Amino acid sequence: MIESFLYLVVFLLLAAGATLFGLLFTGADRILVARMQGRIGPPLLQPFYDLAKLREKEETVPAGAAGWLFRACPAVAAAAALSLCAFVPLFGFRVPGAFAWSGDIVFALYLLLIPGTAMVVGGFASASPYAAIGAQREMVTMASYELPLATAVLAFAWRLSHAGVPEPLAFASFAELPVWSLLGPLGAVGGLLLAAAVAAVVPGELGRIPFDSPEAETELAGGLLVEYGGASLGLFHVAMAVKTVAFAAMAVALFCPYDFGLWAPLAFFLKVGALLFVSVTLPRAAMARLRIRNVAAFYFTALGATALSGALLVVLDAFIAGGAA
Amino acid sequence: MTSPAYQTSIGPIHPAFKEPIHLKFDLKGERVLKADFAPGQAHRGVEWMGMRRNPVQVLYLAERICGICGVTHALSFARAVEQIAGIDVPARAHFLRSIACELERIHSHLLWAGVAAHELGFDSLFFFAWRARERVLDLMEKWTGNRVHYSLVQIGGVRRDLDAELIRDIEEALAFFESVFGEVRRCFLEDDTVNLRCRGVGVLTQRDALELGCVGPTARASGVPADVRADHPYAAYSFVRVKPVMPDAYTGAIHGDVYDRIVVRVYEIAQVIGLVREFLARLPEGPILAIPRIPALLARLKKAQGEAIGLHEAPRGEVLHYVRMNASAAPEAWKVKASSYSNYMAWVPMLEGEEVADIPIIAASIDPCISCTDRVLAVAPDGGRRELTKADLTRLSREKTRRLQQKRGAK
Repeated sequence: MIESFLYLVVFLLLAAGATLFGLLFTGADRILVARMQGRIGPPLLQPFYDLAKLREKEETVPAGAAGWLFRACPAVAAAAALSLCAFVPLFGFRVPGAFAWSGDIVFALYLLLIPGTAMVVGGFASASPYAAIGAQREMVTMASYELPLATAVLAFAWRLSHAGVPEPLAFASFAELPVWSLLGPLGAVGGLLLAAAVAAVVPGELGRIPFDSPEAETELAGGLLVEYGGASLGLFHVAMAVKTVAFAAMAVALFCPYDFGLWAPLAFFLKVGALLFVSVTLPRAAMARLRIRNVAAFYFTALGATALSGALLVVLDAFIAGGAA
Repeated sequence: MTSPAYQTSIGPIHPAFKEPIHLKFDLKGERVLKADFAPGQAHRGVEWMGMRRNPVQVLYLAERICGICGVTHALSFARAVEQIAGIDVPARAHFLRSIACELERIHSHLLWAGVAAHELGFDSLFFFAWRARERVLDLMEKWTGNRVHYSLVQIGGVRRDLDAELIRDIEEALAFFESVFGEVRRCFLEDDTVNLRCRGVGVLTQRDALELGCVGPTARASGVPADVRADHPYAAYSFVRVKPVMPDAYTGAIHGDVYDRIVVRVYEIAQVIGLVREFLARLPEGPILAIPRIPALLARLKKAQGEAIGLHEAPRGEVLHYVRMNASAAPEAWKVKASSYSNYMAWVPMLEGEEVADIPIIAASIDPCISCTDRVLAVAPDGGRRELTKADLTRLSREKTRRLQQKRGAK
């Protein structure tokens, strides 16, 4: 009883921390992009001000919308994103034996799908043609980055299981035995390809430029979010902020599980910050929006092939080079 | 794919457009089957007002037809009136007019480049282009006192001369724009994402461009070498040869796509730099106004009789002003044909068959100036349309004032 209460407290702290960090990153991202564009940019706390403002704003449900579904989706998205905090290693803490009901990395990947799916459902429920086009694009985007993402995760997990790790899909296993220590030169190349593939999935997963065609301001005026306003939109913003942190934390746990002992929290911020800077901030300042056709071709074909060849190299490396199996 | 076609609108108010215009589409999935448009969302009755003012007053009104072109409409109007009244513009004024026109072309093309980048979701390029554009605006402010509506053109000349310091400023700005041209060319024409989004998109064939009567960069990008500065030289363009910029200057071929329209505009920045340098080198001395005293000018204009057309190659293409005067204070007739009016129809062949994602950049690629083009219309709730007369507008505004007063009284 006391134990589960303790878990609840830890979870709430982690969720609050992830929300805070996610919103702060959004603020920092806006400042950094502004500086790259020769602008001053908003204050660091702007995302918080935005949320406070959205809370005050009136919400409208468009005529013809499936009202209850339209209203439920933001809450579902935020709840799913926040519950990710219970399963993904955050802030460098290794809560020993915590969350006996803890899921593994595949579970986290599925949970990660829910906020996006809720946005799609909310978009369709809003009965706006812009939102409908945006929702279709979001589905296509999600379906096309799933192949490289799943390939990368499974290739690393397979390498652990090949090395005899009992629970190769648990985050803890990745932390205890970093996959890189098992890889020979060939496998290292494969591993780097897989890491690059996951880094390229980040902006798509988060719906940022060049993969923001589901929202596409100048085409769809906000796309699947076009009819949302007020607190509902705020909830989507929170969901996106938490998802940003959780997804980056997953990628880091997989590909850079080194936590430097006591420096672990600092290392976490640095690693996640660096990944988000490279995968979100820089492309946003340096690229134009891609058409959905280009997005699908890039993720499914180009990145899918990259990830599969990376996985193949990891497997070959395990069998031929012997490795430390 | 048997999904039925559905209809959607972009506009009249939409983030892709900075001014109100209504585009209507029949879509099938992400593909545009049929495109149509409805202009007339923001008419201001400029021509009607102009026919109740004397020609000198009309100049300031004409400038305000466009939101960014400070010379275009005033110059076209002045040219028409000068022909009717038989006023000879001094040579120096011709050169100063052309210098202002060309500087305006730089800032208009940079503004367009920024908007195009924004439509593509490439905001870094948008901010870069608009920051560079500020240099022209500052220059024009130093010369004329205003950033956009310069009030430079007067009937029979220009109102402000260039001194040695301003000429040095212009030369420095031209050197700056040479480096900007290099950057813009690299960022737009060599960038992978811009290439991916613009090549082969929104094609306008040469035949369509001719048949629809397209003008300016839109026509030139489709291989129609039309340029008023070369075809009907005026102002200082009679002294300096202007060669229309065609897209094959850069790509070696003419495709008539969005990319070619970018090529034409980017290379026109380089053309402007050369032209302004030549104008400055050959700038003659002398007066800048044919009739410096306004009362004398007005007296002369009041006696004028006849009709004329004033043509000008605006940044967006040919602008035409028709003026008829009949020995009275105000023009008897004034008709403005903005460049965008000639280019709107090109949207239909450009947009049909393309993807939803390409609608904003294709729509922007003709550089539509909606305020220049619009005529009076109101959309009734039943979708019908009717014109509002002056009496209607007066009645509506009085009704609104009364509503406001009653509301205040109720409180």
